[in-house]
Amino acid sequence: MVQAARATVGEWQVATRARYGDLAARILFLTAGLSVFLVLGFILYVLVGNSLQFFRDVSILEFFGSTKWQTAGTVQISEGGDAGDFGVWPLIAGTMLVTVGAAVIGLPIGLATAIYLAEYAPSRVRSFLKPVLELLAGIPSIVFGFFALFVISPIVRDLTDEGSFLYYVFGQKSATIFSAMNAIIVVGVMVLPIITSLSEDAIRAVPKHLREASFGLGATKWETTKNVVVPSALSGIVASFVLGVARAIGESMAVAMAAGTQAAWTFNPIDSIQTMTGFIVQRTGGDTPQQGPVFTSLFAVGLTLFLMTLALNLLAQRFVKRYREVEGADT
Amino acid sequence: MSGDGALLFTADADLHRRRRTERRWKAVLLVGASFSIVGLAVLIVRMLADGVPHMNLDFWSESYSPSGIRGRTAGIFDALVSSILVLGMTMVIAVPVGTAAGIYLYEYAHKSRLTDWIRATVSNLAGVPSVVYGLLGLAIFVRLFADTFGMPRQGTYLAAALTLAVLILPILIVATEEALKTVPATVRHASLGLGATKWQTIRHHVLPYALPGILTGQILALSRAAGETAPLLIIGLPTYQVFQTYGPLATGTPLQVRAYYLASDARQEAIDLAAGAIVVLLLATLALNLLAIFLRDRLQNRIRW
Repeated sequence: MVQAARATVGEWQVATRARYGDLAARILFLTAGLSVFLVLGFILYVLVGNSLQFFRDVSILEFFGSTKWQTAGTVQISEGGDAGDFGVWPLIAGTMLVTVGAAVIGLPIGLATAIYLAEYAPSRVRSFLKPVLELLAGIPSIVFGFFALFVISPIVRDLTDEGSFLYYVFGQKSATIFSAMNAIIVVGVMVLPIITSLSEDAIRAVPKHLREASFGLGATKWETTKNVVVPSALSGIVASFVLGVARAIGESMAVAMAAGTQAAWTFNPIDSIQTMTGFIVQRTGGDTPQQGPVFTSLFAVGLTLFLMTLALNLLAQRFVKRYREVEGADT
Repeated sequence: MSGDGALLFTADADLHRRRRTERRWKAVLLVGASFSIVGLAVLIVRMLADGVPHMNLDFWSESYSPSGIRGRTAGIFDALVSSILVLGMTMVIAVPVGTAAGIYLYEYAHKSRLTDWIRATVSNLAGVPSVVYGLLGLAIFVRLFADTFGMPRQGTYLAAALTLAVLILPILIVATEEALKTVPATVRHASLGLGATKWQTIRHHVLPYALPGILTGQILALSRAAGETAPLLIIGLPTYQVFQTYGPLATGTPLQVRAYYLASDARQEAIDLAAGAIVVLLLATLALNLLAIFLRDRLQNRIRW
C-alpha cells in the first residue's frame, strides 16, 4: 500500500518534471520563432532611421528628382568639402538595365528548361539536370563576378571592337573593362535556377487529366503544352519570373565587380554603370564613410532597394497562392 | 486552339506540318535546357583553368603579404583560417535559433494570426537582398554594439558572424520545417498516445527521423554563408592585415573578401592569387551542395514509412 503510494508520487514527480520540460521547450521555441520579428524590426529601424536622417541633409526632391549621383570621397568630406549629388535615378537605371537584360536572357531559357524538365525529359535526363540547376544555384555570386570580369568582359570588348557589327548596334561605342553587359550575362545565368525550379513546380502541379483531355482531342505534345499546360500553370510561371527579377535586382557582387564603379544615367548596355547594390558595396568596401549624407545615403538607397524587392516578393506570393488555390480546387 | 477539331485528322498535310512543329519545339526546349549545363561546365572549367596552376604549396601554407606578393610569400592560409572562424561562429549562432524556430512553426504553432505573421516574415526575409543584411550588420552589429557594449568600432569576426547568421536564418527555418513535414503524423500520435509529452515526442521520435533533412538544410545554409561576400564588405572587414589576429572581437579578411580585393588589384600576381581563392570557394560550395543533394537522395531512398 505504502509502496504503491510512493510509486505514484514518483511517477507524478517524473510527469511534473516532464511537463515543466515541455513548457520550457515550448517557450524556447516560441522565442526562436519570434526572433524573425526582431530581424525584420532591425532592418526597418536601420533603413528607415538612417534614411530619415539622410533626408534631413538632402531634399527628397533631389533624391527622386535629379539624375546626377556623385558622392564625395572620404578624404574630401573630412576636409569639409561638399558631400556630392544625390539623385538616385542613375542607380535605379543601372539596376533596371541589368535586371531587364538578365530577364531577357533568363526568362525564356528558364521557362524552356522548366517545360522540358516537366513535360519532355526522360527520367534519366531529369535526374541529371535537376542537380545541375541546384549546383548552379549554390555557386557564390563572387565567383560569377570574377567570371564576369575576367572571362565575359574580354569577350564583350572584342565583340564591340571599333568597326564590328555590335559596335554599330550599340551606337558606335566600344565597351571598356566594365560594362552593364558583363553583369547582364552572368546575372541572366544566376536567375535560371530560381525561374526553372518554380516554373517546373507550377507545371507539374497541372492535373494530369487536363493533358489527357487534350491528347484525347488529338493535340500533339507541344500543342497540349502551349494551349493547356502553360496557361494552367501561368500564375506559378509569372511568380517565378517575378522572383527571378527580384533576385536580379538584389544581386550584388557580379554587378559590383563587373558593371562599373561610376553611376551613369544611361540605358546603353555596353556603358559602364553602377547599380544600387553596386553603389552600396563599392562605397563601403574597406573604406566605410563614418557619418554624414554619404553614410546615410547608403541606407536611403538600401531602403529603395528593400521596398522594390519586398513589393516583388509580395506580388510573387500572391501569384503562388493563386496557383495553389487553383490546384487545390481541381483535385 | 490551333486547328479545329473536325479537321484535325482529315488533312494529311496539316498533320505533317504539326508533327514538324512538334519536333522543332522539342529541339528548341532541349537547347534551352542544355544551356544551364553548358553554363555550369564553362564556368567550372574556366575557373579551374585560371586558378589551379597557381595553387602550389605556398598558396595553402603562406599568408598574404602585400609587398611580397611577387615572391613566394603569397597564399590564402590566413584568409582560410578567418573564413573557418567566421563560418563556425555563424553556424553556432544560427543553427539553434533557426532549428528551434522551425520546430516551433511546425510542431507547436497552431493556425493563428501570429503564426501567419511569422511565416510571412520568414518568406519575406528570405527575399531580402544580401546588401540589406550588410547594412543591418553595419548599423547594429558594428555601430550600435560599439556604442552600447563597447565593442570595437569596426568589422569584427563576431559582427561578420552575426550578420551571416541573420542572413541564413530564413533558410534554416524553412529547411527545418520541410524536414519535419516528412515525418508522418502517426509517429507523433503513437508517442503522444503512450503518454509522452510534446517535447519528449519531438526529441525522441520526430527529430531522429527529421535529422538528415535538417542537416541537409544546414549544409546548404553553410554553403550560402561561405560564399556571401557583399555583407562582409559592407560591415567593413579590412582589406588586408599583415598579421591577422583571431578571436571573436579581432578582425581579419575571410577568403571571399580577400578574393574580391585581389581581383581589383592591378598586378597579375594578385589576380592569380584571386583566381586560386575563387577556385577554393567554388569547389567548397560545390562540394557542400553535392553533399546536400547526396544526403537528401539517400534519405528519400532509405526511409519507407
